[in-house]
Amino acid sequence: MIRRSLLKLANPQLLALIGVLLINWLLFPNFFRVTWQDGRFFGSLIDVLNRGAPVAILAVGMVGVIATKGVDLSVGAVMAVAGAVAATMVVAGYPAPIAVVAALVVGLLCGLWNGILVAVLDIQPIIATLVLMVAGRGIAQLITEGFIVTFNDPLLIYIGTGSFLGFPMAAVIALVLMVIVTLVVRRTAIGLFIEAVGVNRAAASLAGIRSRMLLLLVYSLSGLCAAIAGIIVAGDIRGADANNAGLWLELDAILAVVIGGTSLLGGRFSVPLAVVGALIIQAMNTGILVSGFPPEFNLIVKAGLIFIVLVIQSPLASRLAPPRIKPVAKVSAK
Amino acid sequence: MNRSLRPLLATALIFAIAYALAVMQFPSMFSTRVLGNFLTDNAFLGIAAVGMTFVILSGGIDLSVGAVIGFTGVLVAVLITWAGMHPVPAFAIAILVAGAFGATMGLAIHYLQVPAFIVTLAGMFLARGGASVITRDSVPINHEFYDWISDLTIRLPGGGRLSFIGLTMVAIFVIGALIAHRTKFGSYVYALGGNPVSASLMGVPVARTTVAIYTLSSVLAAISGIVFSLYTSAGYPLAAVGVELDAISAVVIGGTLLTGGYGFVLGTFIGVMLLGLVQTYIIFDGTLSSWWTKIVIGILLFLFIVLQRLIFVASAPGEKAQKA
Repeated sequence: MIRRSLLKLANPQLLALIGVLLINWLLFPNFFRVTWQDGRFFGSLIDVLNRGAPVAILAVGMVGVIATKGVDLSVGAVMAVAGAVAATMVVAGYPAPIAVVAALVVGLLCGLWNGILVAVLDIQPIIATLVLMVAGRGIAQLITEGFIVTFNDPLLIYIGTGSFLGFPMAAVIALVLMVIVTLVVRRTAIGLFIEAVGVNRAAASLAGIRSRMLLLLVYSLSGLCAAIAGIIVAGDIRGADANNAGLWLELDAILAVVIGGTSLLGGRFSVPLAVVGALIIQAMNTGILVSGFPPEFNLIVKAGLIFIVLVIQSPLASRLAPPRIKPVAKVSAK
Repeated sequence: MNRSLRPLLATALIFAIAYALAVMQFPSMFSTRVLGNFLTDNAFLGIAAVGMTFVILSGGIDLSVGAVIGFTGVLVAVLITWAGMHPVPAFAIAILVAGAFGATMGLAIHYLQVPAFIVTLAGMFLARGGASVITRDSVPINHEFYDWISDLTIRLPGGGRLSFIGLTMVAIFVIGALIAHRTKFGSYVYALGGNPVSASLMGVPVARTTVAIYTLSSVLAAISGIVFSLYTSAGYPLAAVGVELDAISAVVIGGTLLTGGYGFVLGTFIGVMLLGLVQTYIIFDGTLSSWWTKIVIGILLFLFIVLQRLIFVASAPGEKAQKA
């Protein structure tokens, strides 16, 4: 039993993460040094956890959406909206817990809106979420009235930059969220339902799965996760920046999910591996920064990474190296 | 009345009403000067949107156009300002590079059988990263050829002027409409968007068409980048961030069906003009902040998607279940 779970750990994603970390270590010998200072850990490794947390949180929400053959492009904009709501409410004198709850509710509503467009109006997910992606930043700016709203609220700052048992709060939140979502989808039938809807929504509905309800659920979760990430990012910079908060993070989140082995064609997903994917992205990011390359280099590396993952996932690769488990027979185009 | 023209008519009607309302509030908006600027200011968006129309007609999506515009601008600026090249060969090189780039994306989409959005997402990262690696700063372009082109204008009565880049956009729309509705390639694109399996059974060369579509989109994005560099006289790696979203919005507002197989290049033109109208109105008003542009575009996008959905459901009840 133990041997089996150890074998399960030796998957490509974790090996890739270890590989990236080792390359970082070669480029920057102090990479693995973690020190204890002022009641918290410090070091590049901790930095990877801390900076990777927002994308990891987004990825947790995005996994469910992609597993239903959808995609949520609006998460970056929802982050900006949630950050704006939390910041403006705190500045207006509301207690911080209420501001946080309000931001989470707004995120949930944004997700629900996407869910209604996809599930009830049957609009393609990429376009349905595009609406909020375009309008969301405008709404965030409307809330902040075009300014970067700065605040000094201790609770919000603690969420963004605080530490829990020495670990960065953002990473702890991401871990807790990952564990909860993993337990919910894997210890109940919800995960199976999501996969069924992803493979064939019509068939899943005929089999008695309430696919509409399920889609509303996964998009709402994605919105909620985006709101959490938005609050963390706002807390981190002690302000809500409607223009730049979460800019292009939706793409990183999608990338993290894809690296984590979730199929873009739906029906196969893993929450923990998506989080590992987010850490791989951040480890590369940090590696490029500490080794002195310009940060723009990161984009090219990411593009290369997407390409490698796509080649591995493609039917072409499975024809060259047949997988042990036979894939579901597909109706050929010819 | 041909019912398939209805969404196009709806878009044209909404544009006419919106423009009339704007003119009622600000009579000076009804002038050749404003109309001429409509074309000039939206030229780069319009050209990119023509390419996006073909991509969406074929049932795909191209997220890389904004990045290709930025990359082309930087490449052209670097070739002219740093390498001392004449703009015309520099334009040719930029278009060739972009064409090869688009062809590669098309090949990946067809042969790896992956969703277009993830391939073009990688393309976006690559083009944006490539541009930023070449230079991180804005590279100015000072060349007499650029001055000559910006002086090429047709004066209209009433103080307006039609600029070279505005007319380029109109020409590309006309050529795009002819390709879409009058050539074999155009019918292949529609067939592919309607149903790739039956298109392939009917003998449409799917691989060749897919590669051609994404090549076309990238080439038009490159032309758009050149036009953008003419417009701003500079190349900047972060130029035109998010233009792909505006282009997609223009295509959708123009009545092209997002699932592919249905739409008009002319509709995209009206879509671009409608986006331009929103921006111009907000500038004219003066009290509205620029973020209203995004919100209004979002609302328009939403309205048109719902409108399409309703027309689609009403006209083809059987088809809906299969598509979903």
